[in-house]
Amino acid sequence: MKWVCLLQNAAAVVLRREFHRSAPASVQVTVRDALNQAMDEELERDERVFLLGEEVAQYDGAYKISRGLWKKYGDARIIDTPITEMGFTGIAVGAAMAGLRPICEFMTFNFSMQAIDQVINSAAKTNYMSAGRQSVPIVFRGPNGASAGVGAQHSQCFAAWYGHCPGLKVVSPWSAEDARGLLKAAIRDDNPVVFLENELMYGVPFEMSEESLSKDFTIPFGKAKVERQGTHVTLVTHSRYVSFCLDAAAVLAKEGVECEVVNLRSIRPLDVETIEASVMKTNHLVTVEGGWPQFGVGAEVCARVMEGPAFNFLDAPATRVTGVDVPMPYAKILEDNSLPHTHSVNAVSMCVRVCVYVKRTVILSAVTAGIPALC
Amino acid sequence: MLNGMATIFRNYKQAVVSSRAFADFTPKASFEIKKCDVHRLEEGPPGQAELTREQGLHYYRTMQTIRRMELKADQLYKQKIIRGFCHLYDGQEACAMGIEAAINPTDHVITAYRAHGYTYTRGVPVKQILAELTGRKGGIAKGKGGSMHMYAPNFYGGNGIVGAQVPLGAGIALACKYLGNNQVCVTLYGDGAANQGQIFEAYNMAALWKLPCIFICENNKYGMGTSVERSSASTDYYRRGDYIPGLRVDGMDVLSVREATKFAADHCRAGKGPILMELETYRYHGHSMSDPGVSYRTREEIQEVRSKSDPISMLKDRMLSNKMAAMEEFKEMDSEIRKEIEEAALFATSDPEPPLDALCDHIFHNDLPLEVRGTTPWSKLKSSS
Repeated sequence: MKWVCLLQNAAAVVLRREFHRSAPASVQVTVRDALNQAMDEELERDERVFLLGEEVAQYDGAYKISRGLWKKYGDARIIDTPITEMGFTGIAVGAAMAGLRPICEFMTFNFSMQAIDQVINSAAKTNYMSAGRQSVPIVFRGPNGASAGVGAQHSQCFAAWYGHCPGLKVVSPWSAEDARGLLKAAIRDDNPVVFLENELMYGVPFEMSEESLSKDFTIPFGKAKVERQGTHVTLVTHSRYVSFCLDAAAVLAKEGVECEVVNLRSIRPLDVETIEASVMKTNHLVTVEGGWPQFGVGAEVCARVMEGPAFNFLDAPATRVTGVDVPMPYAKILEDNSLPHTHSVNAVSMCVRVCVYVKRTVILSAVTAGIPALC
Repeated sequence: MLNGMATIFRNYKQAVVSSRAFADFTPKASFEIKKCDVHRLEEGPPGQAELTREQGLHYYRTMQTIRRMELKADQLYKQKIIRGFCHLYDGQEACAMGIEAAINPTDHVITAYRAHGYTYTRGVPVKQILAELTGRKGGIAKGKGGSMHMYAPNFYGGNGIVGAQVPLGAGIALACKYLGNNQVCVTLYGDGAANQGQIFEAYNMAALWKLPCIFICENNKYGMGTSVERSSASTDYYRRGDYIPGLRVDGMDVLSVREATKFAADHCRAGKGPILMELETYRYHGHSMSDPGVSYRTREEIQEVRSKSDPISMLKDRMLSNKMAAMEEFKEMDSEIRKEIEEAALFATSDPEPPLDALCDHIFHNDLPLEVRGTTPWSKLKSSS
């Protein structure tokens, strides 16, 4: 049984690789370059689009996401702001109200807390309060969540905070394709979009197809992507943790447990249909995120699955794998143990193994006791 | 026969009034206005203002309409037909009217929550303002916004968070500069908001980038119940922009406000960057309808302002003493306005509330319809853009 699984997995991996190799003109692009190109193309396409934020112009961007844009588009369209988040965020929102299409960069989303009133009360709620008279076409983007060794004030994940609010669209890309397609869609959207990047993903290269490199390539919001097909457990995740789940899936595959990895892409709206379809197939749900557990993205996913048809298909309670409920410490050993890292690959696999074990024992005892329909 | 004679007599009287309109009234007069205190300016606005008869009648009508509308809102609130927050503007009419008289309809205005006056001067009819206050579907925001969230073309509300509208206004000015349309943005805030950090952030960027933004502080001497002396280390609000030139203006005189705003708009349109105006004004009502307004100030003070500095009376007296209009004309306008307000109030109290299936509409703009969770997982509501 295990041998067959191994063979099947090996075949799948090889087939996937073959498929990628034979795809026409696919290129390796880092997330950083994908974001840069997306912004460049959208700036060129629509004169009303402009970028403002700290160090976005002459410094080429604190994380070099806007490299080259100031040289190309100049002071009027790539604007360095003073270190005054509340002020420049309000200015960006006002400019959007008056007909421009700003991209407002936060050096990290931790600093967006200083400006969160403008994001929520001035941007998110305005179209509703005005009964559609006043729209706010703006993108708030920047790195979100933990980095490496930056300490507690620079490591918070805001997916749950912004995902809570109606009137916002909130997306969290993982791959270069996600970054490009979602950013283009965000800039073209007539509504406020919170675009949560991840600093540690910026330098990671991904293969991108010719289609995903086309000028009008956009990814619709509210659609998750199944990055890996599986039959035993559904791993629902977003951003950097998609990589971790794929790594965990590779480890678990060797044990004969096939994970289905769902890359959320969108935090709000959440693609409940894809999650439900997956859970109804695998009967087990594990959510994986970097944010804190209480009132987090995973909590919402679990609640939604509970409230919908997929609940009846669960063979075990849904489990959340999250960051540790503590402000991020600095020392490497502490930081490593505050996030779902390699240890959590095992934690995930533990959860899954437990689920699968429970299922096996339950079915076994059910069969022996002659009680049907527990499966 | 008698009826016929009465009709002829009535017509004759009307004819007399109209012929008086053309012959006897001063068509234009010049008035001395209080000199503005200036900050970082060689000179301020002129000390004289011209007023034509038409302008005078228009300013009177507008200010009186705002006054009567606010008093009607007071009445409706006390009858519990208006709920929640209601911040009334009576006493400050000269500010809204003077500003509107000095700018173009294509210029932009944004203010805080004491917004009914500006909503009117920016073109929203009284009945849509009152219907918004009473939460009906005929309200300017279809009942979704309420007192503090009314919008119109080139009028960005109506903003509930104290001070947040100021960076927004600077952003609107940035858009004006970006688009090169020679427009300006009038960005209003109160003495209570004047100490907000984000206002200083907006001053900095507006000055740095030379944004065509007219920052206007409507100083009505009280931020809610806190007098300016108790809230501000410096009450010279026109100087608080530091490197931004400033003017302190008599906000009870519609002509002063108009001249100062014209001066400010010219400054911005000449590419000189932002400018700051402080309008010294007064509100008769308390901070909002839940504030009687007498625990932190005296009734005598309110009465004194009413009798000596009321903006509407001042304008009327000026016009009468210069023979620019007849008392009957003002009385007639008053009764027309009263009728307009009554009709608007009738509309506002009889128009139906918004339909329940519109509850989730307009969460987004230009979007496909989406499903919205209701109070329970089974109630799936629909949102259209």
